[in-house]
Amino acid sequence: MRFTKDHEWVAVEGDVATVGITAYAAEQLGDVVFVEVPEVGKTVKQGDGLAVVESVKAASDVYAPVSGEVVEANAALGDAPETVNATPETGGWFAKLKLSNPSEVEALMDRDAYEAFLSTL
Amino acid sequence: MSDPDLKKTPLYDVHVAAGARMVPFAGYSMPVQYKDGVLKEHLWTREHAGLFDVSHMGQARIRGENPARSFEKLVSADYQGLKPGKQRYAVLLNGQGGVIDDLMTARPDDDGLFVVVNGACKDNDYAIIAKALEGEATVERLENRALLALQGPEAAAVLAAHVPEVASMVFMDTAALTAFGVDAIISRSGYTGEDGYEISVPAADATRIWNTLLEDERVKPIGLGARDSLRLEAGLPLYGHDMDETVSPIEAGMNFAIGKSRREAGDYLGVERISRELAGELKRVRVNLRVLEGAPAREGAEIADETGAVVGVVTSGGFGPSVGGAIAIGFAPPALSAIGTKLKVIVRGKPQAAEVVASPFVPNRYVRKL
Repeated sequence: MRFTKDHEWVAVEGDVATVGITAYAAEQLGDVVFVEVPEVGKTVKQGDGLAVVESVKAASDVYAPVSGEVVEANAALGDAPETVNATPETGGWFAKLKLSNPSEVEALMDRDAYEAFLSTL
Repeated sequence: MSDPDLKKTPLYDVHVAAGARMVPFAGYSMPVQYKDGVLKEHLWTREHAGLFDVSHMGQARIRGENPARSFEKLVSADYQGLKPGKQRYAVLLNGQGGVIDDLMTARPDDDGLFVVVNGACKDNDYAIIAKALEGEATVERLENRALLALQGPEAAAVLAAHVPEVASMVFMDTAALTAFGVDAIISRSGYTGEDGYEISVPAADATRIWNTLLEDERVKPIGLGARDSLRLEAGLPLYGHDMDETVSPIEAGMNFAIGKSRREAGDYLGVERISRELAGELKRVRVNLRVLEGAPAREGAEIADETGAVVGVVTSGGFGPSVGGAIAIGFAPPALSAIGTKLKVIVRGKPQAAEVVASPFVPNRYVRKL
């Protein structure tokens, strides 16, 4: 798993990356009451808006940690947005992207680097 | 992290020690939530009792020969008719009938009027009031007092255990009394739609009283996040969002803020516009919306009619934890304001179905008689 400074995670299998937000981000957001996931077929560049998570108080953008085409979105979050809080780094994933530039993944932080980054916040 | 430009209420250290997330609000560093988070804090207040620090709000005394008559030059309410021991809502008006602030005024005792205004507006309010009342009444800011709100169905039982007198008060009663061993001003009122009290105490005693109330297991500290979702569900407009200097109290649906005697006398600021609006001549009115699909519509989201034409805007919106869905307050033309009217809210470019519903979104539970 790789991580961004915006607290997204990426898990790569073959040429498909699953994307979600980290436990730290989920805790900061508070109780998630709505998730807007991208449509399948949408193409995103690294840093583009990919999804929106909403707490009682505010809407927050989730950015694409890597570039690619959306091949699957987590429809289960429609009925159960709280999954993002309960299991942010497993069941709370937002989308799967077919990587258009796999080298972007290597440039992201590994878990140790992300944990070190968190300790600076 | 503490921002040196932000003021602190007397309870700042208590909030930080409790693990609150502090945010800038009205020039103060205020707790937006504690460890439980907005959703649980909201629901706790609806079921039990929530304790809020609202010491950022302005507390003042207006004194003079006839302070109520003097103050009426600026506000909409009948304050000359305000009985001792009572509190009444009003708006501070500009000459065009727009709202400079909304406020509560009480007569807790014989010491003039006790006025509570919004934190973000207080400096401007007091300057306007002092100037307009110069020579006939004075404004004393009570900077050395804290303001707590205890809200929820168990608030009365909790507070009466410490201050037995509060049990016999009804909604909008206000009393100056000795509570927790100090001079307090307590009103049975609040901003959540629930029964409850607002408690003004000396700043030096605020922490002790806060902690004493929290010893009761029915009470939890509640942040500004839940205060906002609670007031939104209660259909209560928030100054600076649902009301401002361009919005009249009639457009905002606060007709009751214009006292009957004041309407008859026509002696308030902005009477030309407001009397016209009271007679039904309105271009826009406040609507309460239930968002029926998609994301919550928040402040700034456009409101459209069924054809997609933009007809208004959301001024407060979010997720209502007790409603269990997205709700919003906004403005729309009167022809589209009837309960049941189908509208759209546009969120991130997408039109979503919404419907005009009655206010409040959840029934209020004020104790109007015992």
